[in-house]
Amino acid sequence: MAANQPLLQVNNLRIEFPNRRGTLVAVDDISLHIDPGEVLGVVGESGAGKSLTGAAIIGLLEPPGRIAGGEILLDGRRIDNLPYEQMRRIRGKEIGAIFQDPLTSLNPLYKISRQLVETIQTHTDMSATQARNHALDLLDSVGIPAASERLDAYPHEFSGGMRQRVVIALALAVNPRLIIADEPTTALDVSIQAQIIGLLRRLCRDHGTAVMLVTHDMGVIAETADRVAVMYAGRIAEVGPVEAVVKDARHPYTHGLMGSIPAVGHHVERLTQIDGAMPRLTEIPPGCAFNPRCPKVFDKCLAERPDLRPAGRTDVSCWLY
Amino acid sequence: MTIAAAPTTPHDSAKLRVHGLKRYFDVSAPWLNRVLEGRKRQLLKAVDDISFAIEPGKTLSLVGESGCGKSTVARCIVGLYRPSGGSIDFEGVDLATLRGRAAQAPIRRRMQMIFQDPFASLNPRWRVFDIIAEPIRAFRLLRGAGAIQRRVDELLGQVGLAARDGEKYPHEFSGGQRQRISIARALASNPDFLVCDEPTSALDVSVQAQILNLMKELQRELGLTYLFISHDLSVVYHMSDTVGVMYLGRLAEIRSAADLFSEPQHPYTRLLLETIPDLDVIGRHREPLAGEVPSPINPPSGCTFHPRCPLANERCRAERPELQPTAGGFVACHAVAEGRLPPHPAS
Repeated sequence: MAANQPLLQVNNLRIEFPNRRGTLVAVDDISLHIDPGEVLGVVGESGAGKSLTGAAIIGLLEPPGRIAGGEILLDGRRIDNLPYEQMRRIRGKEIGAIFQDPLTSLNPLYKISRQLVETIQTHTDMSATQARNHALDLLDSVGIPAASERLDAYPHEFSGGMRQRVVIALALAVNPRLIIADEPTTALDVSIQAQIIGLLRRLCRDHGTAVMLVTHDMGVIAETADRVAVMYAGRIAEVGPVEAVVKDARHPYTHGLMGSIPAVGHHVERLTQIDGAMPRLTEIPPGCAFNPRCPKVFDKCLAERPDLRPAGRTDVSCWLY
Repeated sequence: MTIAAAPTTPHDSAKLRVHGLKRYFDVSAPWLNRVLEGRKRQLLKAVDDISFAIEPGKTLSLVGESGCGKSTVARCIVGLYRPSGGSIDFEGVDLATLRGRAAQAPIRRRMQMIFQDPFASLNPRWRVFDIIAEPIRAFRLLRGAGAIQRRVDELLGQVGLAARDGEKYPHEFSGGQRQRISIARALASNPDFLVCDEPTSALDVSVQAQILNLMKELQRELGLTYLFISHDLSVVYHMSDTVGVMYLGRLAEIRSAADLFSEPQHPYTRLLLETIPDLDVIGRHREPLAGEVPSPINPPSGCTFHPRCPLANERCRAERPELQPTAGGFVACHAVAEGRLPPHPAS
């Protein structure tokens, strides 16, 4: 194994939804990688394909959605074509998941202790007592006060923020090397959101866990991620270091996206707006998918699809560069 | 009169004035349980003595975390909840004195609401034309199909939709377009006051920018007054003239947007501003304040923010602070009143 090999490598991933009227391509030929200990932010508007990409990596794509092309490699080993049982062992042990709604990620009928212990014992050979002690440590490390008293509580006895901490503890239970966090703070209030982001960053630093952070919130990305991939209509529009993407975006879509976010301290009468909306999957135009909304569109954009290529400090799929 | 009433002291030009507004919800156990198990009645004070005034053509925003009571205030004002106490004056007319639909109709026509979820707030079985025409018909503003048709077409144009969109159903539109339909419906009865309850929180940022720009344009063109409810401080900063920060059913601070954002005083306001993700500071290390909003059923004694407040002392735990005048508005904090407040780092 090469020393500088990325932890996760996605090559030319294509996700399709076959239906009666044809096939919808939800994720179209995207490639990305995540290094150990790195936080890759994936941003985009609803329907851009960011959550599907996360679901495909963890092997939880809901039928009829299917991986129609490309490959997903974890530590150089293909995981997109594994049988269900093998993938189940990787899920949890090697790749953890945190979803948007902490209520649906926990079983409301089981105590927290049981859910944690079960997860730990599935993936390790700890005894019940060891697993319970480990569960206690986990709750402690995610900042749940009086963890020993809370261990035998049911999910409904926790508040939203505390519940999301439990979900993070569950994702971390057996020290996975990659965590797919899909909108982990979207359901939470801002002050709690800051606590959860701080927690994720600390865990990354301390355990060397890599995180794929899927969100629509550019602010969360700016604070948390090392690199960002901006998705649009199932493709990657731009990818690069977070600071370059936020301050020096090259793709007209990224540029418009940054301008449309109101910022405290910069008073503007009018926000930059990108007219129109992201096309539906059935109506993705030929050439560059952004061409109907792009202020800098020219002939080539209507005919040919741009691929990611270096421009400045980021990689951009745009014919301007 | 308490000092809390101060924000509404006379200048009679206000479009809307809320005075000592209270809304309690009875969350007691059922009667039988109370009798058999000796449980007490329990009141949830969702809104507890709130006062503010909005000048014509201006925007006042209420901001706070879930459960702080901001939406309850909005619902009281438009008449979806009956207040438990206090008064709501619209151009000097106390809404509570208007009994019956007929008496209320002239004011209700001028006061409309835009809701958060554009998927739930439009009837999926109605064509867009009928959705927008409903207020016109309900208030009998125009006679004849031709006149109504022209008015609906005009409204669709105002919110950036095409006249032919009126023939479609809501499901044929995206979230942003549906919110435009909600705005057109709200404008249909020629209101001058709009209550906007989280109008963009269900939308993507690029669409949010479109809707916020549209709302500002309409405000300028039609001279609208807005009560804007949001949890998103950057949106509030962009939209507001005055900002009220709510915590557990009470106003912690209510000041002009410029003053509040440049020099926040209440520790809770500072906490909120501290937690805004900032695109300018990449990888900033935030030191978030620990703790969460406590249950409004059994709020903490004294200042309800004291368990999370770095400046809390004995007085804060015992005595509830009232709003006191400060630069550009009012703040309810003992630390501010006693001069114990450290200067804001950004100012």
